[in-house]
Amino acid sequence: MPVTKKKTAAKKSNTIKLKFDTSWSYDPAPESKSAATIKPRYDLFINGEWQKPAGNKYFATINPANEEKLSEVAEANTADVDKAVRAARNAYEKYWKKMPAKERAKYVFRIARMVQEKARELAIIETLDGGKPIRESRDFDVPTAANHFFYYAGWADKLEYAFPNRRTEPLGVAGQIIPWNFPLLMAAWKIAPAISTGNTVVLKTAETTPLTALKLAEIIEEADLPPGVVNIITGAGETGAAIVNHPDVNKIAFTGSTDVGKIIQRAVAGTDKKVTLELGGKAANIIFEDAPIDQAVEGVINGIYFNQGHVCCAGSRLYVQESVAKQVIRKLKDRMESLIVGDPLDKNTDIGAINSRSQLETIQKYVKIGKQEGAEMYESSCSLPRKGFWCRPTLFTNVAQSNRIAQEEIFGPVLSILTFRTDDEVIEKANNSPYGLSAGVWTDKGSKIFNMTKRMRAGVIWANTFNKFDPSSPFGGYKESGFGREGGLHGLSAYVSLKV
Amino acid sequence: MAAGSLTMLPDFSLSPRIDQVGVEERASCFTKRSIKKESKMNGLLLVLNMIDLTTLEGKDTDGKVKQLCYKAMHPHDAIPGLPSVAAICVYPSMVKVAKKALGDSGIKVASVATAFPSGQAPRDVKIRDTKYAVNEGADEIDMVISRGKFHAGEYNFVFDEIAAIKEACGDARLKVILETGELGTFDKVRRASDIAMHAGADFIKTSTGKIQPAATMPVTLVMLEAIRDFYYKTGKMIGMKPAGGISKSKLALHYLVMVKEVLGEDWLNNEWFRFGASSLANDVLMQIVKEKTGVYQAANYFSVD
Amino acid sequence: MGKTIINKSSLRISENGLEKKTSSKRLEVLKTYKIYIGGQFPRTESGRYYIPVNASGKKLANVCLSSRKDFRDAVVAARSAFSGWSSRAAFNRGQILYRMAEMLEGRKLQFIDELIQQDATKAKAEKEVDLAIDRLIYYAGWCDKFQQLFSSVNPVATSHFNFSVPEPTGVVSIIAPQGDSLPGLVSVIAPAIAGGNTCVVLASETKPLCAVTFAEVLNSSDLPGGVVNILTGKPSELASWFVDHMDVNATIYCEKDSITQKMIREKSALNLKRVTFYDKVNWYSGEGQSPYFIMDTQEIKTTWHPVENIAGAGGGY
Repeated sequence: MPVTKKKTAAKKSNTIKLKFDTSWSYDPAPESKSAATIKPRYDLFINGEWQKPAGNKYFATINPANEEKLSEVAEANTADVDKAVRAARNAYEKYWKKMPAKERAKYVFRIARMVQEKARELAIIETLDGGKPIRESRDFDVPTAANHFFYYAGWADKLEYAFPNRRTEPLGVAGQIIPWNFPLLMAAWKIAPAISTGNTVVLKTAETTPLTALKLAEIIEEADLPPGVVNIITGAGETGAAIVNHPDVNKIAFTGSTDVGKIIQRAVAGTDKKVTLELGGKAANIIFEDAPIDQAVEGVINGIYFNQGHVCCAGSRLYVQESVAKQVIRKLKDRMESLIVGDPLDKNTDIGAINSRSQLETIQKYVKIGKQEGAEMYESSCSLPRKGFWCRPTLFTNVAQSNRIAQEEIFGPVLSILTFRTDDEVIEKANNSPYGLSAGVWTDKGSKIFNMTKRMRAGVIWANTFNKFDPSSPFGGYKESGFGREGGLHGLSAYVSLKV
Repeated sequence: MAAGSLTMLPDFSLSPRIDQVGVEERASCFTKRSIKKESKMNGLLLVLNMIDLTTLEGKDTDGKVKQLCYKAMHPHDAIPGLPSVAAICVYPSMVKVAKKALGDSGIKVASVATAFPSGQAPRDVKIRDTKYAVNEGADEIDMVISRGKFHAGEYNFVFDEIAAIKEACGDARLKVILETGELGTFDKVRRASDIAMHAGADFIKTSTGKIQPAATMPVTLVMLEAIRDFYYKTGKMIGMKPAGGISKSKLALHYLVMVKEVLGEDWLNNEWFRFGASSLANDVLMQIVKEKTGVYQAANYFSVD
Repeated sequence: MGKTIINKSSLRISENGLEKKTSSKRLEVLKTYKIYIGGQFPRTESGRYYIPVNASGKKLANVCLSSRKDFRDAVVAARSAFSGWSSRAAFNRGQILYRMAEMLEGRKLQFIDELIQQDATKAKAEKEVDLAIDRLIYYAGWCDKFQQLFSSVNPVATSHFNFSVPEPTGVVSIIAPQGDSLPGLVSVIAPAIAGGNTCVVLASETKPLCAVTFAEVLNSSDLPGGVVNILTGKPSELASWFVDHMDVNATIYCEKDSITQKMIREKSALNLKRVTFYDKVNWYSGEGQSPYFIMDTQEIKTTWHPVENIAGAGGGY
């Protein structure tokens, strides 16, 4: 018999609400952990070998979704950093600098292929270690990382075409420090252009997410790179400082907070070290009344809740033209209800775990501040797992430009919504920030898009889209969001010196 | 709902703009949902129950329609307790046969009308076509809009025609086929959806099945979002029927995911969501049997009607 | 007339214009060397001055000893000029740089005169002025071309149009090469403004005369006020202000002094200024000019927009 329901007549306006808690729901669809191998302990990958840390100290890395220990990794001290830099210097002088560029290229291509081959395993480990949904690590982090190696591999023997009328030389040993939000991808963003252009590398992973970079070290080992070309070490801030301060490092590439970026810039003063910094952001995402509203809403959701909002270019400041503000906010709230929050390994999860307890505390601090500032908070009605670090997708309305939640980087799934009336008003507000990493604009009118994209002071502008990345597309900020570009033709500059 | 009764009609040329790439991205997200185990089985049963089992051929005969009606009531008797499909969809001349064959099964008879599939006929012919089908016993009328007039910007003509057909339908529910494959852009799909809903459609439907492309996920998403916006504005629910091109269970489940995540619970039933399809039913049945037995199935074990 | 004027000038300089002349000849009108802020020629707000001397110990002039507040005023002027200058058509910027060269050419003799006062031989002075003029022409030509050279359309894998273009960094503080009076100054100003930046420049401490006269050239060559602001004074006193102002986006320093370099890099961290040291550049050679100097004060902006109907365009993140 057909299952039919009674016709619903037009409802009164107060009952007009979509119900997303549906009778038909998805069963858990967890990715299998068995497809990944995590060793109980990892040493430091220096000079092509796994070496015990000089201080013989190890620290645990946990799964933020359940607080269970996944493995323990070595804490590199100054002596270890020195060993790694020596290995990198030796590899630079002995092999890498001398190697024909096309051979160098083939090594990097090889890494790209191996990352693709081990994509599933890498995705699982990325999700276990960092808490991000498997859908993202599977469909974004890992393939984009592989593509980055593939892209830059091809540049290795074509550098004379990249800089008109100049010859390039590698810089030497690059010290690289990466953040915890896209651990494997950031390792790829750092290592691929560096070694393709002939530099050697000492890379330090983030404290909370070392595992995929260590897996990458295994791949590099398997790919038979000359020992010391890529050294991957683990540790906390002190390890990073040791890299920055090492006298034989020629280049520092850092992705992380603006505060630490500034410390690095001070630390290298008085040296010849070249520096590129990819730091924080507080991106404005602007919706005009003539925007494709539903796609804009989707862009806002993707802009702020992608990777739990742990994204330096997250669209965390939403500016909506007043005439459509109510409509946009209603749609955002609906859309938040259909976001699935929970087990990061579940293929249906949209929002995973917050990366660490301390980050969760930071986010909670800002949510509290937002409430105190008088903004109106809304969070999705989803239930949260009991163990682990979790935060519901959250938005604030009635936010003022002077509120801290509209000015400071929260780095979590928390959106601040402000309204505006005119183009000039919104451009002024959008640029009214010490940051300038990314920005978004939504409007159907072509000339307005170009007006906005030209006037917004940010390194990456998404028009009628958001949070898009590609190896061929340069990424990096204006103002206090750092300097230098990663990705694309322009990303090469960070790793070469130009000679006449 | 007569056209004249709506004094505050929106300017349809100002229907919300749609960005194609954004729609396609969003639609592809629904295909990433993993539907396993019980949710898969429940989904398949739901899909089966949402099908408008369709035959719209020049060579349709009483015999063919009767066989199809039997299939509608008894999709696969080897498995007891399966739901029936939602409706049989036929030409007006076949309505009486279908009605009789289906008896008191509760399965609806839907009839295409209004000079289906082109719609190239005068309004009085379309009205007569509609009234004929209703008088023959059709529970639902699937009309086509005048795409030529729509492209020419004569939105009032399109609106009035839908309103007139709605009036001719009486108690029968009206599904308005936009024939999205002929509209060209999502902006126009959205505009046509708005016109149809404001003019009195009970359902909006993508396609006749005679034009490629027929239903796609992105075009259905645009229409679902139009339905949602209309609901918010008026409190009135409108049904959705993608038709043509959905022949595999997996794809049908993706559509179901889309309905669930765009409109939610109230639309997850055959009162408000239908699949217009002829071969989908057997694929769903094969999957149901596979889920029950754990063995991959072959077409030869499922009746073709 | 050139020769007689030069002779007169050296006489003037030798007496620094301060001693009363007993000759019955016409009394020469001396030039007041003021600073250049926002298209105006104020005196330093501090009221201070210094008297640079040339190699032979002759006093050159009473030159403004600019203060921190002069710098502050100059940054305000530079900031308010930025939006207009950066959004001008690149072609128009090229025409204005060309006009600067024209004006410089027209006042060549004055510059030669000043260079000779500041220890150059006549031959060298002429060469330096020629070089400065030619360098302006060089960068005038680049104004609407470097973007083409350093932009890219990036073939992203998704259905988007993606391009990267250079944009000016903003307000640039420049401590001009201290060793010479004109070519170095022009070589650092021209690429910054060719790229659409505005700047505050500290002239050579010991050879400031041409900088002030160059400001007069700027002022008569359609360059909007505030695009280039020129101060005179002591780098030792002003360098730290040049680099710790929060509304300055980039700093250029041209000397080898390692203590100052260290200070600049340290202080630049305050708001993450872009810092460039041109301490190894020979401004008199071919390496003293290139579009890469323009790129040193450019940011790369990358813009994405969807494109309908690209075959194979997939969705998802």
